[in-house]
Amino acid sequence: MLSRTADHLYWMARYIERAENMARVLDVTYNMSLVPNAAQSEAALWQPAVEIAGNTELFEKNYGEYTAANVIQYMSMDDANPSSIYNSLRSARENARAVRVAMSSETWENINTLWLEFSQFIGIRLVESGLSVFCDWVKSRSHLFRGVSFGTMLRDDAFRFVRLGTFIERADNTARLLDVKYHLLLPEGEEVGGAVDYYEWSAVLHSVSAFQAYQKVFSDTIVPWRVAELLVLRGDMPRSLLACYDEITIILGQLSGRQNNECRRLAGELHAKLRYARMRDIFQDGLHEFLEDFIVSNNRLGGEIQRTYLNVHGG
Amino acid sequence: MDTTLQTAFDEMQLPAGAVREIYTAYADWLRDVPHQQLESKRQEAELLFRRVGITFNVYGETAGAERLIPFDVIPRLLAAKEWKVLSDGAIQRVRALNMFLNDIYHNKDIIKAGIVPASILANTQYRPEMHGVDVPNGIYAHIAGVDIVRTSESQFYVLEDNLRTPSGVSYMLEDRKMMMRLFPELFRRYSIAPVEHYPQVLLNNLRAVAQPGVQEPTVVLLTPGAYNSAYFEHAFIAQQMGIELVEGQDLFVRNNAVYMRTTEGPKRVDVIYRRIDDDFLDPLSFRPDSMLGVPGLLTVYRNGGVTLANAVGTGVADDKATYTYVPEMIRFYLGEEPILSNVPTYELSKEDDLKYVLDHLPELVVKEVQGSGGYGMLVGPSASKKEIEEFRLRILSNPANYIAQPTLALSTCPTLVEQGIAPRHVDLRPFVLSGKTVTLVPGALCRVALREGSLVVNSSQGGGTKDTWVLNDTGM
Repeated sequence: MLSRTADHLYWMARYIERAENMARVLDVTYNMSLVPNAAQSEAALWQPAVEIAGNTELFEKNYGEYTAANVIQYMSMDDANPSSIYNSLRSARENARAVRVAMSSETWENINTLWLEFSQFIGIRLVESGLSVFCDWVKSRSHLFRGVSFGTMLRDDAFRFVRLGTFIERADNTARLLDVKYHLLLPEGEEVGGAVDYYEWSAVLHSVSAFQAYQKVFSDTIVPWRVAELLVLRGDMPRSLLACYDEITIILGQLSGRQNNECRRLAGELHAKLRYARMRDIFQDGLHEFLEDFIVSNNRLGGEIQRTYLNVHGG
Repeated sequence: MDTTLQTAFDEMQLPAGAVREIYTAYADWLRDVPHQQLESKRQEAELLFRRVGITFNVYGETAGAERLIPFDVIPRLLAAKEWKVLSDGAIQRVRALNMFLNDIYHNKDIIKAGIVPASILANTQYRPEMHGVDVPNGIYAHIAGVDIVRTSESQFYVLEDNLRTPSGVSYMLEDRKMMMRLFPELFRRYSIAPVEHYPQVLLNNLRAVAQPGVQEPTVVLLTPGAYNSAYFEHAFIAQQMGIELVEGQDLFVRNNAVYMRTTEGPKRVDVIYRRIDDDFLDPLSFRPDSMLGVPGLLTVYRNGGVTLANAVGTGVADDKATYTYVPEMIRFYLGEEPILSNVPTYELSKEDDLKYVLDHLPELVVKEVQGSGGYGMLVGPSASKKEIEEFRLRILSNPANYIAQPTLALSTCPTLVEQGIAPRHVDLRPFVLSGKTVTLVPGALCRVALREGSLVVNSSQGGGTKDTWVLNDTGM
């Protein structure tokens, strides 16, 4: 298939996934803010949401204070923030429109409808009314997108690039979420397994739809290293890093073209690391370092996919 | 004050009030349908078109602004015998025009015979680069959109032959799909000639014009991109034909061949159905600032490394100044009498014509020789004194840039408007396809001027579209 087409499909999926993850972070942070907690200031609660998105500088320059209203505006509707939900969905739709015939018409119509529906939220102050309604809407549109593409698209390279975009983005987002939260919830020097707020860890689980999964898998109280295990090493947890890389390695193996390339090597290496790692060792060397490494490697793979398949220069 | 509406021929109703035979059954049905029901069908159609994203971009409005072309739920009906005249006439014209193009880029017999003046070679649309270049099957205009209007029961006129990158065929196909969805009972009741095979006919033709020796030709559609006004159509047709929709940046030239960049490496391209104007095709040969084209494309094309559809240089044949010679071309190349009439046309480069036109501006339609899309034209009867005087100055500054025609009373067709059903002026654009053979599918884009009395049907000027039904002669 055309490299440019693959590029648009891949980024369309990445942007939708990104919008969903932003909505998850916002929603969970908002819910945490409803639980009385005298020890934590508004800023301490909302700053991590912006840190997960990875651009605190822009926020501080344009808003200054980490208030609920500022962060919600910045992450949902702000068109100056390149990874706001607004910009993510707009980019997803623009990418889709550029290659609308490369996907099933149901998939295209679904994304087009998403964009038409988005207008209903414009101008509404989400902080006072309906942040949850908005986040639920983003999440359910994202679910719909995956369902429609999975249910209607031919299993060809077009479909594979859509899926590849989804999982590369999701792996990045899950790693960031866990990293920021873990850092914040476990202040320096505190022993792993010390007294941690049950609500905060359950909120992390909720943000990746893993609360019920946790109860089912461990039937135990919520302890941080198990949350980390669930989100990093459990292949049966659909938003975990391992689950993402299970998919990524399969997809890369199925793509047409040369079999031996740097993408497959990088992905295989990362996959093996997740597959055979032990949580104990990860904690020994530091979860933060592990996650930081992972985010860098995942980005490197993203860059390599771009070079190998999407921006092919020739002639 | 516009009088054409009162005097215009109506497709459904005769002046005395009787219904034309072809419309009898439909008119009975229409009489019994409550206005409200038609209106709700219209709204349903609009919703569907928006969801599917059947939109176009308007130049001069905010970048990326997308609008719907209004769709009218009342079809235009043509009897099979009427259609036969139109399609025979359109095919005849396109055959002659292709022969004309082949001639003026080779021997120039028609100029030598004194039928077309040599000044045509100085036309900006004449491409000297094409001189002596052989194109497969001698076909230049693979896709032609022939604009036809009607002024009476038996009088049809060709307004123009669009031979460059004619658009609108997606509306012929989508309007039909919409009508079948909205009014399935009508399709059960009448035998309406199908048009859905258009993409297949086009694809077969495009494959047939690959360079000799190419076994399984790869055909692509070249679009200027998602911000072009006709992008939806490009995407739609590419999908219907199952071919890649490419932009200039996806193609490159190497060793006298054109390749596209794919995830599996370069892939050879044999036929390019291009929806980019000549000027933007190749920055090395035409406009150097073009970001849309493919550097080196023209050289490969001239050496026979790839086929372009339509060919480079067709603009000289659909130029409004060339238009006047089409009936003579038909006689010269085919030895036949033209089936369809030309509109009498004044060429303002001729002194007598210029004088006449300047004296009669309020009665005439004046067009730029190379204008399209309804831009840069004067419709005398509906223009204000001020507009006429401004246009007079523009003509005087460059008379050769204009032609003028009498204002035709375009036929009207019943159309759903706010107040109910009212007559509105229409035209018709069938698409003539040339490849192995010259054919068209039994249908056309029917454009309707939605404003009362307006004669401008262009979508960029607020025109809408209708489905066109070719029925057998009893209207059943």
